[in-house]
Amino acid sequence: MKRHLISAADLSRADALLILDTAEELASLADRPIKKLPTLRGRTVVNLFYEDSTRTRISFEAAAKRLSADVINFSAKGSSVAKGESLKDTALTLEAMGADAVVIRHGASGAAHRLAEWVRGSVLNAGDGTHEHPTQALLDAFTIRRRLRGADSSGARGAGLDGLRVTIVGDVLHSRVARSNVLLLSTLGAEVTLAAPPTLLPLAVGSWPCAVSYDLDSELPKSDVVMMLRVQQERMTAAYFPSVREYSRRYGLDVARMARLPEHAIVMHPGPMNRGVEIAAEVADSVRSTIVEQVANGVTTRMAVLYLLLGGTEFPVTEFPAVAR
Amino acid sequence: MCAASNPVAGRDGLAVLDAEEIRRALTRIAHEILERTHGGDDVILLGIPTRGVPLARRLAARIGEFEGLDVPCGSLDVTMHRDDLRLHPARALGRTDLPPGGVDGKIVVLVDDVLYSGRTVRAALDALNDLGRPRAVQLAVLVDRGHRELPIRADYVGKNLPTSQREVVHVLLTEVDAQDSVMISDDGRQP
Repeated sequence: MKRHLISAADLSRADALLILDTAEELASLADRPIKKLPTLRGRTVVNLFYEDSTRTRISFEAAAKRLSADVINFSAKGSSVAKGESLKDTALTLEAMGADAVVIRHGASGAAHRLAEWVRGSVLNAGDGTHEHPTQALLDAFTIRRRLRGADSSGARGAGLDGLRVTIVGDVLHSRVARSNVLLLSTLGAEVTLAAPPTLLPLAVGSWPCAVSYDLDSELPKSDVVMMLRVQQERMTAAYFPSVREYSRRYGLDVARMARLPEHAIVMHPGPMNRGVEIAAEVADSVRSTIVEQVANGVTTRMAVLYLLLGGTEFPVTEFPAVAR
Repeated sequence: MCAASNPVAGRDGLAVLDAEEIRRALTRIAHEILERTHGGDDVILLGIPTRGVPLARRLAARIGEFEGLDVPCGSLDVTMHRDDLRLHPARALGRTDLPPGGVDGKIVVLVDDVLYSGRTVRAALDALNDLGRPRAVQLAVLVDRGHRELPIRADYVGKNLPTSQREVVHVLLTEVDAQDSVMISDDGRQP
């Protein structure tokens, strides 16, 4: 494992399987009377959130606390950032406070990468602009593996996602979740297809390890997993489709479309959902939907990542890139 | 004459217990557990991964043979409770698998292959503490090699093996290593 988790591409198949297997063991913690382990006692995890987030921040916070780490929450609103402090100065402040890990969410793609050059601790990317969100991909892979590769924990251990067909639908252009998932799921052996209108696909999609389709209906019957993406209206600066209604009719998952899926297929959504736009309420609440499960698995998966990055020896200082101060 | 008093020098280490001797030691421990717990009611065997787990299963099978008693058997991973985590890169976790019914009010017998510094057992006691409140906790080990660093002792010992701290004791079990034996070698080399 590398010392930071910036991109899903940083993870080899062995790294990814180690994280999923560790998460599998940690999942049993949720059923125990005391949901806490002493492993990261005395370590400090800073949640540095420049963008709004509920589930990711709470998920990281719960994960760190269950491992007994101290958690400092920092949101840009109401901090010196509002007074104009730069990311670098904030990073150096955190560094001076002795953060062992910084979980960062930022509106600019590449922010986590830059931060990793300035702080000594591990940097965990919790979403940077339209670039990546690797822990979301890990929790999605974990959810898929649990549902489709052995229901009991021992069955799934060590298994990849080889041969599974995953269709990711919708606003790929603005989605960091889609990019991280394409990279991670293909590392784990899944065949990923993106189904989206041409205007919502990034230009470089040809170089991604996945197939592309403009026709959702033809993809559904051969999908084991359908992952619906949120239409990110807050990031849309131009007209990407004629109307929400038309988008919903062509790329939204409603009951009729869900019926075209194979019997065992599951429906995923990273949240927050726009019910009635990319996913119908009946589909979101159906037994095939793993949306609530994904949230629970998020805590477990993030615990696994925090443990593997912070639980062992500190990384040697020689690996620490030179800092110009 | 047993091989323990007349050890066979292998290429990379000495075999101090062979398969037969391991079998006899486990049989004796199973009888001792039954004796000390007055018939084995409320006993749970928890193996510490990796090799404590098959040992716990074997003991449970033995007790089943002798008394027709179905002793619940599980595993207890102690990795997250170790005191030496920061001395190594983060390790993969073993399985924790409690029998249905949990540990509350039970007599938990922890099972491990080698008792050495006692630090693993300390970690196990901490891990157990988070899982419930057993009536009593006992410790069964196949080999006690001495050099304790904590005030911990075993209730059931397969073999006391005086060693020097330079030596390494390897317990090999069929379930994991395709053979049953206990080897002792001079340095960190695998037998």
